[in-house]
Amino acid sequence: MTSPMSRRAFLQRTGFVGCSLAASPLITPVTFAATPWEARLVVIILRGGMDGLDVVRPYGDPALRDLRPGLGGGPDRGAHDLDGFYALHPTLEPLMRMWGKGQLGFVQAVSTPYRDKRSHFDGQDLLEAGTDTLAGVRDGWLNRMLQAVPGLTAQTAYAIGRSDMRLLQGRADVANWSPEAELGLSPQAQRLMDLVTERDPAIHAAWQEAQLLASLEEEAAVASGKQRKGAHERIADFAAERLNDEARIAAFSLNGWDTHKAQRNALPRALTQLSETLITLRKRMARDVWDKTAIVAMTEFGRTARENGSGGTDHGTGGMMVLAGGAVRGGRVHGDWPGLQSGDLYQNRDLMPTRDVRAHVAWIMRSLMGLDRATLEGSVFPGLDMGNNPGLLL
Amino acid sequence: MRAFDPELAEIRFGYGLSPHVAAPRDATAMLARLQGPDTMADTYPIEPFDTFRLRMIEVAKAAQIRRKNRGTPAAEAAKKRRNELNAAARKDGLTWAGHVLLRRIWTEDAFRERLVAFWSDHFTAHGKRGVIRRATSPYVQEAIRPHITGRFEDMLQAAVTHPLMLDYLDQSQSMGPGSQRAQSKKKNAGLNENLAREVLELHTLGVGGPYTQTDVRELAELFTGLSFAPEHGFVFRPKFAEPGPETVLGQTYADDATVGPVRAVLSDLAAHPATAAHLARKLAVHFVSDTPDPALVTALEAAYRDSGGTLIALYEVLLNHPSAWSTELSNIKPPQDFMCSALRSLAVPQDLLMRFGEKNMRLVFSAPLTRMGQEWQRPIGPDGWPEQDSHWITPQGLAGRVEWAMAAPEYILRVLPDPRRFVDDVLGARADDAVRFAAAAAESKSEAIGLVLMSPAFQRR
Repeated sequence: MTSPMSRRAFLQRTGFVGCSLAASPLITPVTFAATPWEARLVVIILRGGMDGLDVVRPYGDPALRDLRPGLGGGPDRGAHDLDGFYALHPTLEPLMRMWGKGQLGFVQAVSTPYRDKRSHFDGQDLLEAGTDTLAGVRDGWLNRMLQAVPGLTAQTAYAIGRSDMRLLQGRADVANWSPEAELGLSPQAQRLMDLVTERDPAIHAAWQEAQLLASLEEEAAVASGKQRKGAHERIADFAAERLNDEARIAAFSLNGWDTHKAQRNALPRALTQLSETLITLRKRMARDVWDKTAIVAMTEFGRTARENGSGGTDHGTGGMMVLAGGAVRGGRVHGDWPGLQSGDLYQNRDLMPTRDVRAHVAWIMRSLMGLDRATLEGSVFPGLDMGNNPGLLL
Repeated sequence: MRAFDPELAEIRFGYGLSPHVAAPRDATAMLARLQGPDTMADTYPIEPFDTFRLRMIEVAKAAQIRRKNRGTPAAEAAKKRRNELNAAARKDGLTWAGHVLLRRIWTEDAFRERLVAFWSDHFTAHGKRGVIRRATSPYVQEAIRPHITGRFEDMLQAAVTHPLMLDYLDQSQSMGPGSQRAQSKKKNAGLNENLAREVLELHTLGVGGPYTQTDVRELAELFTGLSFAPEHGFVFRPKFAEPGPETVLGQTYADDATVGPVRAVLSDLAAHPATAAHLARKLAVHFVSDTPDPALVTALEAAYRDSGGTLIALYEVLLNHPSAWSTELSNIKPPQDFMCSALRSLAVPQDLLMRFGEKNMRLVFSAPLTRMGQEWQRPIGPDGWPEQDSHWITPQGLAGRVEWAMAAPEYILRVLPDPRRFVDDVLGARADDAVRFAAAAAESKSEAIGLVLMSPAFQRR
């Protein structure tokens, strides 16, 4: 019978730790092509449907109290007043400093073109595809943006974490990594792995990338002193480290927004992760890098304007986008407010979207990376009308 | 002509080759085993949910004692009792996981185990808070396993009205806005659409199916009253039920505040052509390829229709269809299947796994699965685990597999088989020169075994 052993002992016993892949001759040398821009873009997908009405509460709208007797409320119920109309969820208190410096903002009442079926999975697919319909679309909008810029390397953009990031899938090369994955093999085993996987291009490519990224992560871990943190903080650490270096784009997701029940307990958990993620990014990014950064957090749809029978909310339509970073015009809530009276709601149940979330993202990429409007409306978000500049960046 | 191949039957429709268990002779033998006695369930038992709920009663009792005796030694004792019950359920949960592994390692009827896994994923559910979080294996044992060869409708009825599903998708607290209970209670009384939506989108018609938001709403109203109590299991609460008839997909269901109309709508949904199309495609994708032969999907759909949704009829079509026997391996094994087929190829003895203990199970089973991207019994959403290969072939997922393949077999077995023989035992006719060379050239036995397990011929099926 096998005796209990610690995980470390288990790995050491098989010669598993301590061999640095960085020294391995198998590592493909990284070439750093000059990117045509210096700005950084971080896209966070909030999976599950964030309830924007509870995060940035329109307490100045008299209908809110009737729709949500158990949820929300303004400064009288612990929320932080933002501008006399909106108040921030109490859990996001740690972000008030960022708000005060003008580095945190929100856009209310936005949505993708997705309507009516309110499926998470289709909603997320459409948000990441960036199109009007899912028929025939296989790549994501962030990947199509990369395709439009010549001379980028795989290290320009990173999809981070275990979750599938469809918005970065497509023809342009993108690096994938999860800070939880570890890898350490003898040089001999590495060479033999190369040989064994050679005839399967998909497996072979993933293996090559795993080796390269393991070495990069090792460097990042050494630099940060290797404290044990939450997965979202480790992802933010890794993203900041890459963005301080040659990466220009990072994308990852945060789960836990599907608050059908007991939202007063469920939402703070997700919000804490969001706030820790944003704060980690700010702390770990170099000052001059942070100043050039726009962080965009978006979700597949908002939730019902009314609270449901279980102290939660169901799948809705109009939602909210979060903006952060030194490059954004923060300290304000953007977007046209549609109102919450029953005639104002979409299908008498959801917040009415007043603008396509893709238009906001397109304008951010227009300002941040200097992409022209024809590319953004033609290939990145095919068929989109960007409309007027909403002025989300400085 | 592509036709039945015993090795391929084990690889594609089972948990891979075993050095000790003979592969099935033909499709007829596979179907006969599938309809024969469930010997694995007897050999490696898992507690059914109806027994598991006694644990829930005990926990609820302890909580009640605590509430009524705050600050007294009785409350302290009750708290201790609750912690013991939770710890026991956690430990038993890992024992059942071990039994799931043993069934997959030692069965002669591996297709049955694959089908149980497939349908458990189709009806993904897990408990949310307290001891019920450990009840996934008992739910599968009770609501899924007995129905895998029978009528789909029976499985649908069992899964959708099961306490675990009602908990997972928030149905048990959903009340019709006009129900007696909502009228008498001011706060937190109302409808929850979660289960109704997922029944249409995931369990029956599929997301492309012919339903609207109004159908979701009406079905949610029809579902009001479905609930459970630890003392009884499933219960129908007439006071939660929305009065008045409801119309789903054009069919109106009468108002009699019983479970009757719920049974009727589930029966109609099971018989719907969109359900046949959805399930046919899903089976073909899961067992054959991400892009299955349309003729196979059509044949499965017809079998569903012609048999009134009898699942064994679909398996018969699947196992006798030429495109199911394409000699080229296609789908990547998800982490769980990769791990189980590795354990089967290593013929891990039952005594060893049964004495493994909680700590070791975490070390070599649950923690590595999570690192490979497939936490045990915890898919991210009610849609279960993704099918497409691109989801699983990622650098981080592969790093997790390499790490496990190179170290875990030796840790579990202590004495590894000769890698040069192992190549042929586990890959059969699919062993190529590269993997034979690697198995012989590796610096250690553990690396050699790991390399064989990491070869594309083992990773795909």
